[in-house]
Amino acid sequence: MTTPANTLRRFAGTGRGLVADSSALVFVVLGLLVAGSWALVGPSFLSYENILSIVQRSVALGIVAAGQTIVILVGSLDLSVAYLVSVTAVIASAIMQGDPALMLPAVAVCLAIGVIVGLTNGLIITKLRVNAFIATLGVALILRGVLNASVDNFTGSVPIEFQALAYASLGPVPYSIMLLAGVFAAGWFLLRYTRLGHHIYAVGGDEETARLSGIRSHRIIITSHVIVSLTAVLTGLFIVSRLRAGAPWVGPDGAYDLESIAAVVVGGTALAGGRGGVLGTLAGVFILALLDNVFNQLQVNPFIKDIVRGVIIVGAVAIYALGSRRRDG
Amino acid sequence: MSASTTAPSQADVPETPVVKPSSRARRAGRELLGSAPIFLILLVVLVAIAVRNPQGASPEYYLALLKRAAPLMLLAAGQIFVIVSGEFDLSVGALITAVVVGAAVITDGDPSLSYPAIGGLLVAGVAVGAINGVATTRLRVPSFLVTLGMALVISGGVLYNTGGAPSGTLPQNLRFFGREGIEGVPVIGELPYSVIVLVVLGSVCFWLMHRTNFGRQIFAVGGNARAAALSGTRVHAVKTLAFVISAVSAVVAGILVAGFGGLSNDAGAGYEFQAISAVVLGGAVLGGGRGSVLTAMAGALTLEALFTLLNLLRLPVELRFTVQGVIIIAAVAYASVRLRASA
Repeated sequence: MTTPANTLRRFAGTGRGLVADSSALVFVVLGLLVAGSWALVGPSFLSYENILSIVQRSVALGIVAAGQTIVILVGSLDLSVAYLVSVTAVIASAIMQGDPALMLPAVAVCLAIGVIVGLTNGLIITKLRVNAFIATLGVALILRGVLNASVDNFTGSVPIEFQALAYASLGPVPYSIMLLAGVFAAGWFLLRYTRLGHHIYAVGGDEETARLSGIRSHRIIITSHVIVSLTAVLTGLFIVSRLRAGAPWVGPDGAYDLESIAAVVVGGTALAGGRGGVLGTLAGVFILALLDNVFNQLQVNPFIKDIVRGVIIVGAVAIYALGSRRRDG
Repeated sequence: MSASTTAPSQADVPETPVVKPSSRARRAGRELLGSAPIFLILLVVLVAIAVRNPQGASPEYYLALLKRAAPLMLLAAGQIFVIVSGEFDLSVGALITAVVVGAAVITDGDPSLSYPAIGGLLVAGVAVGAINGVATTRLRVPSFLVTLGMALVISGGVLYNTGGAPSGTLPQNLRFFGREGIEGVPVIGELPYSVIVLVVLGSVCFWLMHRTNFGRQIFAVGGNARAAALSGTRVHAVKTLAFVISAVSAVVAGILVAGFGGLSNDAGAGYEFQAISAVVLGGAVLGGGRGSVLTAMAGALTLEALFTLLNLLRLPVELRFTVQGVIIIAAVAYASVRLRASA
């Protein structure tokens, strides 16, 4: 009972009312990292500008990671988000062509594509009984092939009005941060207070039991896939507003598929499903962004970052896994 | 309901998607159905290549295809051990890159260092596989994440050492495995060394998986780890050995890639997903318990043959991804629909 994980867990116990306890630990880790970074970098680390920059850097990954949390909670996962981000960025920019009047149609088309991709993933997984890894990898490859065969560079442009999403702010709070906060608030509310949210945990915990107790598990899985695809579309829209035009490489370059899964599991959500929550994921996203920020400020070789990132992902999950074994034993 | 209420029941569940243990009859049926389609598909693709190829179908042409496919076929032969044991290995692509770049850094074109370099890389491969296996089994981290983390560590290490652009040179006697062949063989002309390596190591893998006690233990572990453990199988050791085999196959594949691909920072990019696609095409089931070395290698050859066919049809090269996506979904859907029908 005296493992570091358990000590931390007990220490973090006060947060238990707000978040699922498997993800409470991540807030302690985040706190320790902030303290450590502050000690390493100096007082400028906690300046308003720097914190804002860390949070802003988290927006693109954070939105899609919120969706990825839901689909992992239901016991699935989505490897197609990176290419869906690219598809969205390219199509939004190609439709808008710098014309503000076309913003709404473009957004509507992108959301519709998100629904179609999510439905496709969900139906392949539930009705054709294809393993989620293969199903979403397959859809990712399909999107990749079609996208790369149709465009090979920046296409179209988005109007100034649309760029406001990434660059403008309401008072001191940038719209981008409001978007991030809104997505996580919605995800938190969905999982905690709605019937769908409770069913997501039930199906992710044990699909057979959930089905036998009257939950239409296929419908829940399909809905979760539509949700993650819609968050990927939102990330794509945010990125195209920041880049001012869409290019086919923006999704894979950001590695949003694997990075979002990494953020989810670092945030304490079990890859097997049924356990975790979006707030942990938000902390996971901040941890990844904060490491980026500190490494940049300390001018560490950027490639070391990948190594540290790999170790952190495995280390975090190992601590959760070992901690939960002790508790159960 | 809060997440914590479901926590205890989750703790001992294996981390990869669970496939329900099936009856012996089901499995026997699955093995028959699973192995036949891939050879049929392969035959169809090979015939289609012969029809579309302006030069006709010569033995040399197909041998060149086999030479190109050799690294992926070896990777599939290694990956199938990990998949049948119920895990994933996503680190092989990064490992191939590390082998190609590492061989150039160690030897820097000096032929006398080639064999020590190959030996050192094989040892490094064993170490990578052992770490993957130990982290998966002892730390209880899903292998998906362990091997993804390993891929990040390896590629970060490679980029750190090369500063983003690889330097050094690959000596000729190291490249010769992927490049050269025995000249003057009747009928086929040149017999590539890579094909010899493929046949020898493929046979070793086949023997290991289908003719040894270790092979039976892999199927037992992947089918039902707890039952295997209760009947005396050392589950952790068996899984770790599966990861070592996969990593060693990646090192050998990397040496072949160094031979015909040459030095590049993305020499191994995408190979991990291609290997899994190939294994799945060969009828293996993610989650473990089912698969075969022969059909996995046939899956890899089919994938490579399909890419060749797309070239012959003059389709945009990018569409190979779309085709790969469609066929892996179709293959798994076909397998699970047949499985349900036969149940």
